[in-house]
Amino acid sequence: MSTESLLEIRDLSVAIPTETSTLRAVRGVDLELRRGETLGIVGESGSGKSMTALALMNLLPPAARRSAACVNFAGTDLSTVSEKELAGQVRGRKIGMIFQEPMTSLNPVYSIGRQLTEAMTLHGEVSAAQARRRAIQLLEKVGLPDPASRLKQYPHELSGGQRQRVMIAMALMNEPELLIADEPTTALDVTIQAQILHLLRGLQTELGMSMILITHDLGVVSRAADRIAVMYAGDIVETGTTAQVLNDPRHPYTRGLLECVPGYREASAHRLGSIPGVVPSMTGDIRGCAFAARCPRAAEECFIDSPPTRPLGPARTYVCHDPEETRSRSLLEGHDREQTPVNKPAKESVLKVAGVSRTFSVRRGMFGKRKSLRALDNISLEIRKGEVLALVGESGCGKSTLTRTILGLETPDSGTVTLAGRPVGALPPRQRARMIQPVFQDPYSSLNPRKTIGNIIGRPLQVNQLGAKAEQRTRVRRMMELVGLPARVFNSFPDQLSGGQRQRVAIARALILDPEIVICDEPTSALDVSVQAQILNLLLDLRDELDLTYLFVTHDLSVVAHLADRVAVMYLGEIVECGDRDTVLTHPKHPYTRALLDSALSIAPELDVPEPRLTGDFPNPMNRPAGCPFHPRCPLADAQCRSRAPEVEWAADGTLVKCWRAGDAAGAFSQLSAGQTPENWPDPPKINKEESAP
Amino acid sequence: MINYVLRRALMALLVALTVSFGTFALFYFATDPAQTIAGEDAPQEMVDAIREQYGFDRPVSVQYVDWLGSVLQGDFGQSYFWKQPVVELIQEHAKVTIMLALLALVVTVVIALPLGISAALRPNSWVDRFALTTAVSAQAIPNFWLGLMLIILLAVTFPIFPVSGDSSWRHYVLPAFVLGTSSVPAVMRLTRTGLLDVLGSDYIRTARAKGFTGYRLILRQALRNALLPIVSVLAVQLGHKLGGSIVTESVFSMNGLGRLAVESIFNSDIPTVQSLILLFVLTFVLLTLAADLINAWLDPRIRMG
Repeated sequence: MSTESLLEIRDLSVAIPTETSTLRAVRGVDLELRRGETLGIVGESGSGKSMTALALMNLLPPAARRSAACVNFAGTDLSTVSEKELAGQVRGRKIGMIFQEPMTSLNPVYSIGRQLTEAMTLHGEVSAAQARRRAIQLLEKVGLPDPASRLKQYPHELSGGQRQRVMIAMALMNEPELLIADEPTTALDVTIQAQILHLLRGLQTELGMSMILITHDLGVVSRAADRIAVMYAGDIVETGTTAQVLNDPRHPYTRGLLECVPGYREASAHRLGSIPGVVPSMTGDIRGCAFAARCPRAAEECFIDSPPTRPLGPARTYVCHDPEETRSRSLLEGHDREQTPVNKPAKESVLKVAGVSRTFSVRRGMFGKRKSLRALDNISLEIRKGEVLALVGESGCGKSTLTRTILGLETPDSGTVTLAGRPVGALPPRQRARMIQPVFQDPYSSLNPRKTIGNIIGRPLQVNQLGAKAEQRTRVRRMMELVGLPARVFNSFPDQLSGGQRQRVAIARALILDPEIVICDEPTSALDVSVQAQILNLLLDLRDELDLTYLFVTHDLSVVAHLADRVAVMYLGEIVECGDRDTVLTHPKHPYTRALLDSALSIAPELDVPEPRLTGDFPNPMNRPAGCPFHPRCPLADAQCRSRAPEVEWAADGTLVKCWRAGDAAGAFSQLSAGQTPENWPDPPKINKEESAP
Repeated sequence: MINYVLRRALMALLVALTVSFGTFALFYFATDPAQTIAGEDAPQEMVDAIREQYGFDRPVSVQYVDWLGSVLQGDFGQSYFWKQPVVELIQEHAKVTIMLALLALVVTVVIALPLGISAALRPNSWVDRFALTTAVSAQAIPNFWLGLMLIILLAVTFPIFPVSGDSSWRHYVLPAFVLGTSSVPAVMRLTRTGLLDVLGSDYIRTARAKGFTGYRLILRQALRNALLPIVSVLAVQLGHKLGGSIVTESVFSMNGLGRLAVESIFNSDIPTVQSLILLFVLTFVLLTLAADLINAWLDPRIRMG
């Protein structure tokens, strides 16, 4: 890495005029980036991190106004360059950009080939044939098999991971000096995320590019970035090398964020730290520190004066009053409060899923051929009273069909779901709804926007005609208090609430009938990490207080490690491994579980992005591989795996596993991972950063 | 692609058959053609004789198949009222209508697309406000009133164009303008919102990040996506003009299909009415098919879906 500066931003601001006032999305950001370096910009939604990147390229929405003292990029001040020159000389040529949504970021009506080549031919200095050669070469480099024939394909023919690879190839067509990656892996599954991050890191080293990596994921940034800038409410609050910022965070916000991440503190018996409140809206005049209202250490001066920038060393600063008098105050209220230890004695089973299968018949168009899609294949599960069973798997694995079947919204082709001893299908809908309730992923679309909060939470009582009006109202208020909703929102509408509050409403609505079991379907994946922590804490508190049982569907293994008692791993409609949390997470028997664990990026600044163990994409459920459905991606697959599907087996430690090679999986893996034993998890084999640097 | 075309064509055929049978059956149950041919005051024996002679006493399905068989051989029957083959009647009148409709379509496209595009490029600017005001006014003005005003202004006060008739190209200018402007609001608005949608999309942001800007961004990245809904709405608008320009044709006394339809309905000339309905249905079905095919050509997702 050279010490030559590539980018220097001074006092960059973005203001967006709205009907009533002006939103100050970015407020005086200073940034520096050296050649070959990766800068991670971290922050929650609304922190202005994407706006900063867009402002750099002058790609802001038309209404936004930008101002900057200087934006020096390789010797040119971009803030004074005309739009024409910026488009012709800088965008796509010297600075490439990758966006978050691979599904919508490619033009649907043009072929991949055209979109790749035009990035070069647009600037008029290379021939179409040259651009084509380069496109093929780059597609190969980003790991798309058979690149020449890919050029003729259209975006809708590719999966999300493949599209993101095309996006990366497109950004690299002109060998840019700087690559800006805005949440490049957020919309992807974890195994694909590992592949893409590893690819980006490799390409960067190979081409000597600088990179700005924008993300909300502290695990991602800890592995991929050399330096970090933490953004809050439009300003950078802390900068330094990755190790400095993550190992020794100085700003209360950075510390708060870290405490919110499940797994940052070792033991799961601790509550997660959380940051109270929400990111303030930056409109009008802002006095004092923008974080003061949420800061546990805020003193009087924090509300009055803008905080000073405190240097700690070269390129290591934080922006905080750091009041002397509150230095001893704990950042984490009650974080060391013990929670009921997991692995409680087994109680009676609440829900039993026995041999459930479901096959959909899918037909495209009126005259298309019928194809069968096996969504669930002989699934058996048991959830005991008071436990949290985590159901883990990537998108398309059948999680949603399974939860819908358990909720009684879908009838299985064969097999039974029994709830407290009675088949779910035979229960009258209202009684079923009283026993089992869902909490969905997206609190923005799962609440009726035209009903008040009180109405939404109380609706199940109305439907079931439980109690008089006044009594219902009291129960709703009590439930609101229990889930931490302020009483004043009783008559508010969902759009007046924050995402976290809405999810509390969804939880209150699910709990008001006192159900036997709650199905939480990715309840925190649409939320920021500080809000996720609040919701996870709430769910665990409620479990202890009300002796609840959860089926917790998630793709996030750090959440599983934090709250689950048992784990079931799903792949292509089958449960491939199921057992106690600690056993599954520390001694994974199925290679897929192992791969998921490797792909989950914990916060570890000393480690690099791990080598992805799984190649290829999640298969299309319509074209199920013969034999073991996992064999095309499995590093251990042999002839038997390719020809015959494995049977369910019970390991000595009580874990269910469906794999021919389960017996030797652990051993084989430890060979693969150069002497590491599975006991060493959660530190999968990595290349040390110092060693890998050129 | 061939698969797609065949499927769409088959669908189109089914729609045409269903609608034509529906209207045929409606006439069968709602009117008595024998009475119409014989005249209001004809004696019952004469009506019965005609009914038997023409085969009106057979079941509706048999009559429909019979009629469809003749139609497929190009025989649309004899007009009861004009006493000449329906085919000839339609041929005479269709020339006027087709000419008028195509000219009107040109008027629509020439006004609506540029207006919609410039409005989308600068939302809430004066161009946008002007376009929206134009759209609202054009929607509020009835066709016959605009026609009459244009006649008074440009044919009577300043006699630049003829008042009525269809014998030269000059006769078509005013009616084509009137008929064309009636579609401007719908097409203009769709162009505006469609293009605004596309310009706000992620792939346009990607294109800008690649270095596209100005007219190249619009022409080489945005337009093709924005055209998809416009093609569909233009097909429907053209269908309306080919089938339903009754008001405009009446105001300008043009002998088009619209007037033929009105007159044959007034005179209970069932063979003519039935043939016209079949023609209008086929026109719509074919235009929709054409729009689908154009969209399939523009959009690979439709083509391969």
